[in-house]
Amino acid sequence: MSETTNKWIGQNTIRPDGAPKVTGSAAFAADTNMPGMIWGSVLRSPHAHARIKSIDTSKAEAHPGVKAVVTAADIVDFPVDTPFPLGIQDMRWMCRNVMAREKALFHGHPVAAVAATSEAIAAEACKLIEVDYEVLPHAIEIDDALAPDAPILHDFIEFEGKPSNIAGTLEHTKGDIEAGFAEADVIIERDFTTRPVHQGYIEPHACLVSVAADGKATIWSSSQGQFMVRAMTGLLTGIPQSDIRAIPAEIGGGFGGKTIVYLEPLATILSKKSGRPVKMVMTREEVMRASGPTSGSKSTIKIGAKKDGTITAAEGIYWLQAGGLPGSPIRGAVGCALAPYDIPNGRTFGYDVVSNRSKVAAYRAPGAPIGAFGIECVLDEIAEELGMDPLDLRLKNAAKEGTQAVHGPTYPLMGYVESLEAAKAHDHYKAPLGPNQGRGVASGFWFNAGGESSAQVNITEDGNVVVTTGHPDIGGSRAGIANICAELLGIDYRRVSVLIGDTATIGFSNLTGGSRVLFASSIVVTESTNNVIGTLCALAAKIWDIDPEAVIWEDGEARPAGANAGQFPPLTLEELAARANESGGPIGAGAQINTTGAEGGFGTHICDVEVDPELGTVQVLRYTVLQDVGRAVHPSYVEGQMQGGAVQAIGWALNEEYIYNKNGHVDNPGFLDYRMPVASDMPMIDTHIIEIPNPKHPQGVRGVGEVPLVPGLAAVRNAIHDAVGVRFNDLPMSPPVVLDALDMAEAAE
Amino acid sequence: MAKLHISTTINGEPTEYLCAPDETMLDVLRNGLGLTGSKEGCGSGDCGACSITMDGRLVCACLVLAAEAEGSEIETIEGMADGEALHPLQQKFLEMAALQCGICTPGMLVAAKSLLEQNPNPTETEVRYWLAGNLCRCTGYDKIIRAVMDTAAEMRGAA
Amino acid sequence: MTDTQYMAPQTLDEAVTAFAAGGEAARILAGGTDLLVQMGAGMVNPGVIVDVKKITELNSIEETADGGFVVGAAVAGAVLEEHPTFGKVWPGVLEGLNLIGSTQIQGRASLGGNLCNGSPAADGVPAMVAAGAVLTVQGPNGRRDIPVKDVPTGPGKTSLAPGEIAVCFTFPPRPAGSSDAYLRMIPRTEMDIAVVGVGVNLTMKDGVCTDASVGLGAVAPTVLLVEDAAKALIGSKLDAAALDAAAAACSAACNPIDDKRGTIAYRTKVAGVLLKRTAAIAAKRAAGV
Repeated sequence: MSETTNKWIGQNTIRPDGAPKVTGSAAFAADTNMPGMIWGSVLRSPHAHARIKSIDTSKAEAHPGVKAVVTAADIVDFPVDTPFPLGIQDMRWMCRNVMAREKALFHGHPVAAVAATSEAIAAEACKLIEVDYEVLPHAIEIDDALAPDAPILHDFIEFEGKPSNIAGTLEHTKGDIEAGFAEADVIIERDFTTRPVHQGYIEPHACLVSVAADGKATIWSSSQGQFMVRAMTGLLTGIPQSDIRAIPAEIGGGFGGKTIVYLEPLATILSKKSGRPVKMVMTREEVMRASGPTSGSKSTIKIGAKKDGTITAAEGIYWLQAGGLPGSPIRGAVGCALAPYDIPNGRTFGYDVVSNRSKVAAYRAPGAPIGAFGIECVLDEIAEELGMDPLDLRLKNAAKEGTQAVHGPTYPLMGYVESLEAAKAHDHYKAPLGPNQGRGVASGFWFNAGGESSAQVNITEDGNVVVTTGHPDIGGSRAGIANICAELLGIDYRRVSVLIGDTATIGFSNLTGGSRVLFASSIVVTESTNNVIGTLCALAAKIWDIDPEAVIWEDGEARPAGANAGQFPPLTLEELAARANESGGPIGAGAQINTTGAEGGFGTHICDVEVDPELGTVQVLRYTVLQDVGRAVHPSYVEGQMQGGAVQAIGWALNEEYIYNKNGHVDNPGFLDYRMPVASDMPMIDTHIIEIPNPKHPQGVRGVGEVPLVPGLAAVRNAIHDAVGVRFNDLPMSPPVVLDALDMAEAAE
Repeated sequence: MAKLHISTTINGEPTEYLCAPDETMLDVLRNGLGLTGSKEGCGSGDCGACSITMDGRLVCACLVLAAEAEGSEIETIEGMADGEALHPLQQKFLEMAALQCGICTPGMLVAAKSLLEQNPNPTETEVRYWLAGNLCRCTGYDKIIRAVMDTAAEMRGAA
Repeated sequence: MTDTQYMAPQTLDEAVTAFAAGGEAARILAGGTDLLVQMGAGMVNPGVIVDVKKITELNSIEETADGGFVVGAAVAGAVLEEHPTFGKVWPGVLEGLNLIGSTQIQGRASLGGNLCNGSPAADGVPAMVAAGAVLTVQGPNGRRDIPVKDVPTGPGKTSLAPGEIAVCFTFPPRPAGSSDAYLRMIPRTEMDIAVVGVGVNLTMKDGVCTDASVGLGAVAPTVLLVEDAAKALIGSKLDAAALDAAAAACSAACNPIDDKRGTIAYRTKVAGVLLKRTAAIAAKRAAGV
């Protein structure tokens, strides 16, 4: 495909779902209603850690207006001694997360659910359920969970032969780090901490489930994967997947937090028992308490380098909170931390620690921001120690094509060096700074993913195109897909309609996550569209009575390949569509592929801040995101990913954190005191798109969505250091923390 | 407990509904009247996804009792377009990719429209502070602010 | 929740009767930006909600012949901002009210609601305390005036007697060369509850401060009138020494808690910092008047 003559790829076309979204008619899960619908409400544990001795739901069941009640007894059990993986999850933990079984593991853990004729009645009835708890001591912070006398959450979890809250470990090694450190002229070792932060999607979890009398279930839900919803709901309820139709509603943000189910299995059982459609919508408080904010962490980072900046060894040890059940994103932390660098000797090690907070769910490059934070901070300090520009230090050690990463793979062609060089050359890097202002840089990486995707491309009888794909659209992927399909067919973009199928209408497609939707769906859409073009050419060949090899497709028409093929006027898509029955059938093609060839993404950020030295407040003045995206099929939506991820990182760095009280309850379960960036907090976020096409993808696409969160924590922190000379190793860098450090620094002088 | 009978005007249409005394305007819009364009992000006035105007004043529908709307003029996102003709802000949001997931978009548009009615020539800072009560987690606000300012310029030029 | 009643009386007498009859479970509704949040959180379940927005006296703004103002307790911040002169005379009071929450909140929130909710961090209160504003209330036993500084008695508590409704605020006339300001410290740029709030009201004549009053919020169970800070300013040219002394007085007056919004140490320090900044703004405004 010609890069210079693209008509649609690289254009900022209007997204197909745009008009409904700006007029308020787009159907999000909580917007859907059905006749006869009733409401579900969840009873949640008032204790951070408790054994559940008994549950008596009789009073709730007898309450007027109540139509059904569900407890763990209704959820399929997955025995703890038999792993049952589903994607990156394990059903042993999923079945205990959607409803507590033996124990309540965090404050807010679901214990029962009720469906009733109004939300108010359902909530009232929950209060009538009697639960006999044996309250246990709780531990939330990593140190508390690892203390010698820590309450052990699960007696089936052992570490080094003893009951433990360490549920797992993961290690990557390369070379010999002891030898590497021995060669270093400078070694810096620092400890870091980060607090749990929430994905912060504005739309709470919501679903509407209708189970018919024959047991067939239809689920509308806000999710990042209708096939995941079907699979998890099927496994947790015992309903065969073929009897479940999961329809993805428009989704109001996910960022990884909606890659598992919370409400759907409960609503399904309630609907089955009551014979009525059941709607369940989380309140904001429930979202904050009981969905899956990412891990808080501790880490120790040690990096050694020679005087000329060559890194000789690097080590990162990480402890990540999993929440009440195993599964923190140590894979992302230990895999991505050193990924941007060509290092001869490296080691990363991660510990998965359970504790009495809600189970972690994925958050945009899960684990990677934590992994990168300490590394990028220590690199900054090494650069200062060596008198090197921090971008030059990274350039000196930058991974390139052919580098073998510490986490294993050997990189193909990719644009990390380009992101560093572009940062150095950018106006932002040269702009002057005033008093109390500072500039920081940092880099980051995310694996990206391929995985299963399905698509159907059908030509309508009037010669237009309907594309059905399998992944919920959280960032504008429908627009990108339409660009690609229009480009391949050589027709006006507006003639292509892109829809997202449900589990009954499209083939299996893996989650919307892993920065994979455009990557994977464009592969299957390309294959399907090319097959459609083949059919169209074959039909034209039949009409002209020539060899199909002698027909080409160009600009929306079939044409004879050359003068030798014959002097036939071209046949347009509309003309061929009208004659589809001459080809032996409807003109359409589908593809279902487990796509491969996804390669990691690299980015570099530049951040300028101003610190108020009397209040400790930090204002971000300027921010630039530089990233290799392979090919920007729809540049505005690529920019949007870069900008959104950067602002989430700024929030994580400055003001977002989970605050727990002494009873183990979240003290700030709302947007008032869980402080995400607001419009007046932010400057414009400049973006610099680098396109080093991915050679393994038909349009050169690389995953874009997750990388932009990874470098931001350290970019902000390094900027603050540049402004006021203090290195913060603990996040968030909120005003009292900053002011305290400034006062201490002043006192020390 | 008897329901209250409220007569109001919504998006220019005379509208009547029954509501409980403690029901919010957001509840009635979404569950009673099928006007689901206004969204509930928090229920406590901290996110702006439920923004509407009441007698020309920008408010959070989750913090207004449905009973208070008696005799008022309510405007929601559903009233912003004129049939097929999108409001310039809506069109600009589409052109400038000022939405990703779209959940904050109705509230953002209602709030932005209210701003431009009060101040047709806002600075970037004025736009940001006016919209501070409209949370967005997807866009980082950049394209939203640009879209509002570009629309303001366009509307001034057309005036 | 299903037993709540709602009423919107046209007269203050009707409101007082209904509110008193409702006893402990009755609530006044002005902007609703505290009441509905508390109802939604299950913190309060009103028996009767008395909506006071139809009562003229609670919703009007009057400039009196002597240059003072009478502002209805239920007047929303956005409405007060549109008044042609109030904000010119009392910019600090106005900016305190219009820093609460968001534009949407400011379309509804009122001085009366903000004061009577009794939050120690209320943004509308420090400048009113510094202004020497007086609240008129009406209850079953008639009408009385309470200086605003005497209204808050503790977190969530006021000195209003059962059945009393906030009616209006009276702002006194001041000599030429007077103005005020309100600043708060919040972690973000908007949307947060004040960690510290300072209101300064002063009169300048020929570069000398002839009168001053300082209200300090979010650093004690109630908003404080810091007389020592005022004393340090009065008679001075607002030079560094005077400001330092006033700042120290504010820090000394602090009696805060450690909570999810700020620490004792932080609040104490910032109280002093904000005093200086707020006084500087008030002085600049006073010079221009």
